[in-house]
Amino acid sequence: MAQENKDIITKLVVTSSDSVLPIDAAMRIYESSTEIVIKETCFGTMVTGPSDAVDKVVNEVVSLDKNHIFVKERGFPPGDDRRCRASRGGGSRPGFYFLKEEAMMLPIIGKALDEYERDTPLRKREEKKKLEIKDIQDIIESSL
Amino acid sequence: MANVIIYPTNSLILSDLVKRFGHTPLAMMEKIKEKISTVGVDSPPLNITAEEPKLGLKYAAVEVPAGVRGRMSMIGPMVERSEAGIIVGESPMAFGCMGCARTNELTKYLIRTRDMPVLELAFPKTDEEGQEFVYRIAEFLRSLPQQEEGKE
Repeated sequence: MAQENKDIITKLVVTSSDSVLPIDAAMRIYESSTEIVIKETCFGTMVTGPSDAVDKVVNEVVSLDKNHIFVKERGFPPGDDRRCRASRGGGSRPGFYFLKEEAMMLPIIGKALDEYERDTPLRKREEKKKLEIKDIQDIIESSL
Repeated sequence: MANVIIYPTNSLILSDLVKRFGHTPLAMMEKIKEKISTVGVDSPPLNITAEEPKLGLKYAAVEVPAGVRGRMSMIGPMVERSEAGIIVGESPMAFGCMGCARTNELTKYLIRTRDMPVLELAFPKTDEEGQEFVYRIAEFLRSLPQQEEGKE
């Protein structure tokens, strides 16, 4: 049984694309393989099944918009009693807040990946510096 | 292909970027999967059993809370397997299942003290920071050995 479970993996596909909607990604997954189980959630689509099938499907989905679709492995299968909020009395599932924070950063990361692919030179940004003592003195004196 | 440990250990962005640039991310998710899909006395197995704090003694002293030792029993072996590391600081969302501040400190310490290339940066808030974030990670990952088949 342990051997059997070892090959079953779950991957989380998070879409942050202007051209590919989460439903497009989900439909592509539905079309591609019968061996896998998918669950659409508010934070992304979970794909569970034999590792070969999951990897193949996930690669297909990522190729739709490779710099704006992000994937990570997930430890628990979808709907697991120890994580699923249906059996835990509601509320967000553990780990959701971190995922949400990261999902909010994905547009920035996707844009940067586009730029990296196009070999756009790194924009110089101003480092935030602490105020020099002399500058603070000047500010204090100027208000007097 | 190098084993790259990421901190935060369950990060979607870091795990994706490491994989994208051709390396293996060492992340908490795979350890959790391994843990919960192995049939044991506790069935279904728990994340952390009474055994883990004992294993964690390798990384933290006995007076350190059991929670830290339990977590370290999972993170410690990952650090030992790693050949490079990416630490992203200033992550206020290292909360929830990542919420143990002492474990986080110890994890970062172990990664830094290991003799391997380590990249440290902060999570981006603006487009410019995002560009620098991705470029630095990409250059770091490109600098690591790409082909080391059969090392494991």
